[in-house]
Amino acid sequence: MTKLKSTRDGFGEGLLESARDNESIVVLSADLTESTRCLSFKQAFPERFFEVGVAEQNMIGLAAGLALSGKTPVVSSYAVFSPGLSWSQIRTSICYQNLNVKIIGHHSGVSIGPDGATHQGLEDIALTRCIPNLVVLAPSDESEAKKATIKALNHKGPVYIRLTKLVTEIISPNDSQFKIGKAQVLRVGEDLTLVGCGSVLSEAFKAANKLAKEKINIEVINCHTIKPIDQKTILKSLKKTKCLVTLEDHQIMGGLGSAVLESIAKDFPVPTYQMGIKDKFGQSGKPEELWDHYQLTAPHIVKTVKKALGV
Amino acid sequence: MPARNHHSIEELNDLANQIREDIIKMLLKAKSGHAAGALGMADVFTALYFAILKHNPKNPSWPERDRLVLSNGHICPVLYATLAHAGYFDIQELLTLRESGSKLQGHPSSLDLPGIEASSGPLGQGLSQAIGMALALKMDKLKSEVYCLMSDGELNEGQSWEAFMFAGKHKLHNLTAIIDRNNIQIDGYTEDVMPLEPLADKLKSFNWHVIQVDGHNIEEIIDACHKSKAIFEKPVVIIAHTIPGKGVEFMEDNPEWHGKAPDQDQARQALKDIRTLKGQINYD
Repeated sequence: MTKLKSTRDGFGEGLLESARDNESIVVLSADLTESTRCLSFKQAFPERFFEVGVAEQNMIGLAAGLALSGKTPVVSSYAVFSPGLSWSQIRTSICYQNLNVKIIGHHSGVSIGPDGATHQGLEDIALTRCIPNLVVLAPSDESEAKKATIKALNHKGPVYIRLTKLVTEIISPNDSQFKIGKAQVLRVGEDLTLVGCGSVLSEAFKAANKLAKEKINIEVINCHTIKPIDQKTILKSLKKTKCLVTLEDHQIMGGLGSAVLESIAKDFPVPTYQMGIKDKFGQSGKPEELWDHYQLTAPHIVKTVKKALGV
Repeated sequence: MPARNHHSIEELNDLANQIREDIIKMLLKAKSGHAAGALGMADVFTALYFAILKHNPKNPSWPERDRLVLSNGHICPVLYATLAHAGYFDIQELLTLRESGSKLQGHPSSLDLPGIEASSGPLGQGLSQAIGMALALKMDKLKSEVYCLMSDGELNEGQSWEAFMFAGKHKLHNLTAIIDRNNIQIDGYTEDVMPLEPLADKLKSFNWHVIQVDGHNIEEIIDACHKSKAIFEKPVVIIAHTIPGKGVEFMEDNPEWHGKAPDQDQARQALKDIRTLKGQINYD
């Protein structure tokens, strides 16, 4: 059996693959080279790698200057630091100028575990998706993260990629194409639509299987692109199921669920249960323990789906 | 390849004063904007665009051009007026400053106006971008120089010092920062708001070569820029000592004029002051 990997691993692989073909790619790291999976790039292309030290604001500015000069910079740090500390630089230096910079936010979600609240990025989707020009991606497993990274590097313009540390099962189909802005129906169902993103989607999959045994068939949509959101795929599903649950390892306020609701409010509003972090900080613990504590695991999803369906 | 213009110092001084007049007219029309810093930097901008920079107003994205990044974007009236005089766009367009649909946004926008190297406004963000450009030029083996114009007040921002550290580490000899040392910021005098001195020592300790000039002496500014090109072991910072509001007596050295535009009477007086500087008393 192959060893399980995380979305950050997939990013590192995609980066290396793209960098071989695209000489304009440069990488900037804020003293987190190994942990943000940029080490292989650094070893392969030392002259295209810049260590900026613990200085995320400068890192974003450097990337802007490099992009203004034709480079394709990838800036890599933890989500709590970038966009956490570098939001104004991302807004003005990168997005206002619509620059071709890829911003990588690692260690998102409570699922990073023992490091605790200070290092668990739970607000990054909210922070990024409100900035014009910025594409926001949250791949769900290693394989998808690799594809997302390659696509992001081919996309001209600023992209934010939200990554996680926890190793999880591959849930995206092996042969699936990753298309920015095109959500993926992972599982077809008629009773309820579950829209989620990131590695916590692995729990949605488990929940769907359990529910199926009780003759409840939910449709699971992997909304890996939070912006631009795939309104069409979501609406199509909702017109069939008329009931929605959203799932994310992120604050409920301003996250994926909010983005989904904004996209359907006018055309087809339906009763919705939003699963995510309920206006709380995270804490130390084992990843699975924390997902359970914050009610993001399969049993909690099963319960929520049944509540939504009134069964 | 465009040639650098050859102007006498006297011609450059005259040009700087024309730019000052335009700044007053622009701010009067716009009814808002930043007067003091813009007037104070007219000599530095004139020296750069008319004696130092390798650039082509007809082809603003010429790859081999020197880059000028204005970090303290709020003094953009002086940048706009200088660009117009250099031939980037029609001087008449200066009067659209801050109007809706204008290329001359309240703070500089690179996507709106060709010739603007980087959008700026929030302070502290320019030097990092200038460094990114300097790195890319080195990677691409282009001989162009990068100039970053900064204010003294914006040195309160931590990002500036992150950037100073990084450029020192990389010994970026194709980079010159020019700090407008005019001693004022919005809330008052810099040394009261947040002391910067000993500024030259701070910058030296960040591994920069420091040159200090009279920011109203165009000859000195030009000499310092030439010297900067010749210094290879370190990035160079030129501290340009200027008088905010230079040329308009009631604005000079007065923090109140940091972020204000003159009314009709004040503009009239201001133009009179500036034209007196030129030796012309007539102002109508």
